[in-house]
Amino acid sequence: MSSKVVKATAAGCVIFLASPSMAAEGKILATAGLSQLEGSGGGGLTPWATLAGYDSRDETAASFFMTDVNVSDYRLSSIGVATSFYDRVELSLAQQTFVLPASLITGLSLSSEQIKQDVVGVKVRLYGDAVYSAYPQVSVGLQHKQLDSDFVASYLGAKDDSGTDLYASATKVHLGAVAGYNLVWNVTARATKANEMGLLGFGGPDNNDYQIMMEGSVGVLLSPNWVVGMEYRQKPSNLSSVEEDNWTDVFVSYMPNKSVNITTAYVDLGTVATKKDQKGVYLSMTGYLW
Amino acid sequence: MVNLVKASFLALSLFLVACAAPSKAPQSLYDEIGGAPTIEAITENFINEVSFNETIYRYFEKTNITRFREKFNEHLCVTTGGPCTYTGDTMLRVHQGKNINEADFNTTVDLLVNAMEKAGLTYPQQNQVLKVLAPMRDEMLYK
Repeated sequence: MSSKVVKATAAGCVIFLASPSMAAEGKILATAGLSQLEGSGGGGLTPWATLAGYDSRDETAASFFMTDVNVSDYRLSSIGVATSFYDRVELSLAQQTFVLPASLITGLSLSSEQIKQDVVGVKVRLYGDAVYSAYPQVSVGLQHKQLDSDFVASYLGAKDDSGTDLYASATKVHLGAVAGYNLVWNVTARATKANEMGLLGFGGPDNNDYQIMMEGSVGVLLSPNWVVGMEYRQKPSNLSSVEEDNWTDVFVSYMPNKSVNITTAYVDLGTVATKKDQKGVYLSMTGYLW
Repeated sequence: MVNLVKASFLALSLFLVACAAPSKAPQSLYDEIGGAPTIEAITENFINEVSFNETIYRYFEKTNITRFREKFNEHLCVTTGGPCTYTGDTMLRVHQGKNINEADFNTTVDLLVNAMEKAGLTYPQQNQVLKVLAPMRDEMLYK
């Protein structure tokens, strides 16, 4: 499946299925969450069980996002779109651009300083409403990833230039739980072969099977418009040529209304492709079209 | 650093859970928000909010406002732990036949939040009122 076909199909779905009369205002502010690095609705590092838009079960929603992560030696930008239908299904599309440092480019005699990856995501809500149901909202999803070039991945020993992550997420908002403030948490279990989210390929000499990685987020709504929290993402270690570390962040999110959210975070990505202590700033913006 | 963040992540989680644990409430939510005058203000503001919202007013067109005011006051009073008796119909009975969709339900929650805001409730107090009302949603949606 070529990424162009997928893009065209997704765009087609967006135009065909959505009419202004179904515009999404249905959910409570902040329940649409943020845009995840791989395009799914979620926190920043990890997908959540909530869908990407403010659609209720009679509405559709669409959003676009831009995320930029600047750490010591690398830069990762991710742009994409997400649509959600009747608070049941979410489709997302993201393109990640991973900019490598000059030392690696000359070291490997690379022709391009960038690695690009397309991610197509599907998520289905199985149960619940994060705010109202007694048990957490639960969703399952997949993220299919394709690198534009396998040069770096195969040089490092990765087995594939494409792969599919499968995940299950549980998300719950506890009204007034922390001294009257609302608490939100999410736990995600992800089956993956991806090295550094797929940017360094899939599988490797140390492991070429799916492994379950745990991810989590916890946040507090300080007001209807401000959320602070932390995230954690466990990562596999399939390549023997380079180390891979778990990821963490501390974030602040501002949601002035149901049209936009802005998130900034301090991320710690550990060692990424031979470069140690990759820490820096994560900036993200989501715009809700309807 | 990763370990430090991990540790603080854990510490924050524990702290939040500890905070979430029920602490001895010296007074009811009803008293905390200011008792009868505040409840009455919320109800009055809510009626006002509804009457200026075309979509939601549809549901109230045939409502006897005097009765609604009295029962809504009683209901808010009882659910926040106040010294009242609710003499109205069940939530299911009240909302039955109206086929309230999720979007309109959530809009009405927003109107109630506005009503509480205007009655002077703080954000944590608003959250706690929503928390005691939230379980009733099942008796209101699509009935």
